Amino acid sequence: MPRPPAVARVAPPAPLPCMKEGIMDKVIYLDNNATTAVAPEVRDAMEPFLRELYGNPSSIHTFGGRVAHYVEEARERVAHLLGADPSELIFTSCGTESDNAAIRSALATSPERHHIVTTRVEHPAVRNLCQLLATPAPGRAHYRLTELPVDAKGMLDLGEVDRVIDDDTAVVSVMWANNETGVVFPIEEIGALCRKRGVLFHTDAVQVVGKMPINLARMPVDMLSLSGHKLHAPKGIGVLYVRRGTRFSPFIMGGHQEHNRRGGTESVPLVAALGKAAELAEKNMAVEQTRVGALRDRLEKGLLAGAPSAMVNGDREHRLPNTTNISFEFVEGEAILLMLDQFGICASSGSACTSGSLEPSHVMRAMGVPFTAAHGSIRFSLSVYNTEEEIDRVIEVLPPIIRRLREISPFGREKLAAAK
Amino acid sequence: MWDYTEKVKEHFLHPKNVGEIPNPDLDATVGNITCGDALRLMAKLDKAGRIAEAKFQTFGCASAIASSDALIDLIKGKTLDEAATITNDDIARFLGGLPEAKMHCSVMGMEALQKAIATYRKTPFTLEDEGKIVCRCFGVTDKLIEKVVREHNLRTIEEVTHYTKAGGGCGGCHREIEAILARAHGRAPAQAAPAAPAPRAMTNLQRINRIQEVIASEIRPLLQADGGDIELVDVDATHVQVAFRGHCAYCRVSDVTLKGSVEAKLRELVDPEIVVEDVGDKLDKS
Repeated sequence: MPRPPAVARVAPPAPLPCMKEGIMDKVIYLDNNATTAVAPEVRDAMEPFLRELYGNPSSIHTFGGRVAHYVEEARERVAHLLGADPSELIFTSCGTESDNAAIRSALATSPERHHIVTTRVEHPAVRNLCQLLATPAPGRAHYRLTELPVDAKGMLDLGEVDRVIDDDTAVVSVMWANNETGVVFPIEEIGALCRKRGVLFHTDAVQVVGKMPINLARMPVDMLSLSGHKLHAPKGIGVLYVRRGTRFSPFIMGGHQEHNRRGGTESVPLVAALGKAAELAEKNMAVEQTRVGALRDRLEKGLLAGAPSAMVNGDREHRLPNTTNISFEFVEGEAILLMLDQFGICASSGSACTSGSLEPSHVMRAMGVPFTAAHGSIRFSLSVYNTEEEIDRVIEVLPPIIRRLREISPFGREKLAAAK
Repeated sequence: MWDYTEKVKEHFLHPKNVGEIPNPDLDATVGNITCGDALRLMAKLDKAGRIAEAKFQTFGCASAIASSDALIDLIKGKTLDEAATITNDDIARFLGGLPEAKMHCSVMGMEALQKAIATYRKTPFTLEDEGKIVCRCFGVTDKLIEKVVREHNLRTIEEVTHYTKAGGGCGGCHREIEAILARAHGRAPAQAAPAAPAPRAMTNLQRINRIQEVIASEIRPLLQADGGDIELVDVDATHVQVAFRGHCAYCRVSDVTLKGSVEAKLRELVDPEIVVEDVGDKLDKS
C-alpha cells in the first residue's frame, strides 16, 4: 500500500511589518471601530466549549442539554447590557446578517409597503442592501429608497425624517452611531417619530453597544443590530434584537433554533464569548465614558496642536467617546497610514486609496468634506486597552509625518506658509 | 493590507528626488487634488540636451510617491528622445511590480513625463490635448485609455480603472470604455442590452410571480393614485384574470384602463402574449 503523503507543513504567517524586530515591539491599536482585541476573560469563557462542552444545545440528552443552559445564560447577559428581555434576542453570525435579517423581515411583514428610508452615511451592510432592493430586476420586488442627507457635521435633520415617511414606508433604518466619524444620531427621537407614524424602526447599533449605555426598555426601537467583535468578542457572532410583539420573518430558514427565528446550530463558543464580552462591557462602561473619552480628547488636542491645517470631521458634541476623525489637508490618507504603520500604529482612513473605490468614503462625501481634506482623513478609534503612553506616542510621531508628506506634496504651500 | 514590494516602500519612505527646481526647462503637472493624486515633474537639461537634474512633488498614496521617485531615477542622464520611450511598465518594473489596482500611479508618471516633453518641444500633448474626456470624475481622455488598453492588452473595465482610474467614480462612462475596449480589440461594440423582455421559456410559476410583482410595483400605484385598485384573480398560462376595485370597479372607461395600461404593462414587462380579462363582475355575482 502506498504511504499516505506527508502532511504539508504550513508555514507560519510572516510577522506583521510593524512587528518586525528593531522597528517596533508593540502595536498601538487605534482601529477599534474596525475590530477589537478579544478580551482574555472572553477567551477563557469560550474555551470549555472548544473542549469538553461540545454538545449540541438542541440535543435531548443531558450532555447536549446542559450546553443550552450556557447559551441562555449568555443571552441573559447580552439582554442585560441592552436593557432588553432575553426572549427578544436572536443570535446571528455578524452585524451584517442582523442588518439584512431586520430589513428583509420588515419588508416581508409589510408586503403592501414599498418604501425604505435610510441615510447616506449607513454602513455598507445596510446601504448596499437597500440600494440593491431599490434596483429594478426581474423576479424581485422593487422598492423605493430615500437616503436621508446629513449636514456638514454629519448630523440628520429630524424634520426631514418626518417629511420623507409616507403611507408606503415599510421600514426606517438609521445607524445609532457612524463608524467613520463616531457621530451619534438622535435614535430616541427618530424612533418616536416612526412609532407615531406606524413605521417599523431598525437601528444598526454596531458601533454603540459597549461604548454607550443603552436601555431598550425605554427606547422606541423595534429592531437593533449588534456585532460581537466590536466589543472584544471574536468575529463571527452578532445579535438581532426584535422587540416583543414585532412581527418577524426569518432570514435563514432551517431548524427550530432561536425559537424558529434563525435556523442553524448555535455557535456555542461564540455565544458564550459574547455573553462574557457583554458582561465586561457593562463593567467597563464608566471607564469607556470617562477614561477612553479623555484619552481621545488628549489625542485630538495633541494632533490639532501639532499639525496645522487639520480639522475634526463630524459633530464633536454628539459623538462616541472613543472616536475621532481628523483631516490633514494636502496629504493623502494611505500615505499617512503606511508611515504610521512603520511605528506600529494602526488607524484607518476615508481616503480614496483605502475606501476600496477611487473616491473618498461615502460618509466624507455625504458631509461635503472638501476633497482637499477628505483624501487626508484619518480615523482613530480607541478602546479600554489603550494607554496614555500610546496616545502620547501618536502625538509625538504623527505631526512630523504630516510635515514630511506636505514637503513632498505640491499643494498647500501658500496656505501652510501663511499659517506659520 | 498593503501589497507593496520592499522597493516601493523604500522609494515611498525615503524618496531621494523630492523638491523644486528654480527655472526648470521641463515642468509639467498631471492629476489634481480632487482626484486624489497629482504629480509635478521638473527637470533641467545640460548642454548636450541630457536631463541633468530632475525633481518631483507628489500628492497621493504610497505607490504614487514611489512611482514618482522611480520615474526621476529612470530619466536622469537621458536625452529627451531616450526619456520619451519610458513607459509605465518601466516604472512598475523598476519598483519590482505594483499591485494591479495601483498601476494608475505608474501611468501618472508616464503621463507627466510625456506632458513635460511635449510642453518643452511645444508639440501637442496627445494624451490630454487631442483626446476627448471620457471619464469626467478623473478627467481621463479616450486617447490615454486607448493607449493603455493597447499597450497592456486590457480586456475589462476594471482593468482600465486599475491602470487609468477611468470608470472608478460614478461609473457613467462604462459604456464608452466598453466601446474603446471593443475598438482596440477589433470587436464590434457590445449591443446595448435590449429592454429586457422576459425570456419566453418562463415557467408558469415564474410568470405568475412576475405578474404579481408588476401589478404590485407598476400598476397598483397608478390606479391607487386615482382612487382605484386592482386584484389579481387567476393566471392560466398567458391568460390573466383581474378584478378592478375602488373607483375602477365603477369606472366607465375601465376597459380602456384594462387594455391600455394593465395589459400593455404586463405585455411589456412580462410576456408579449399576455391577455388580460376583467372578471370582477363574475366574481362579485358568484
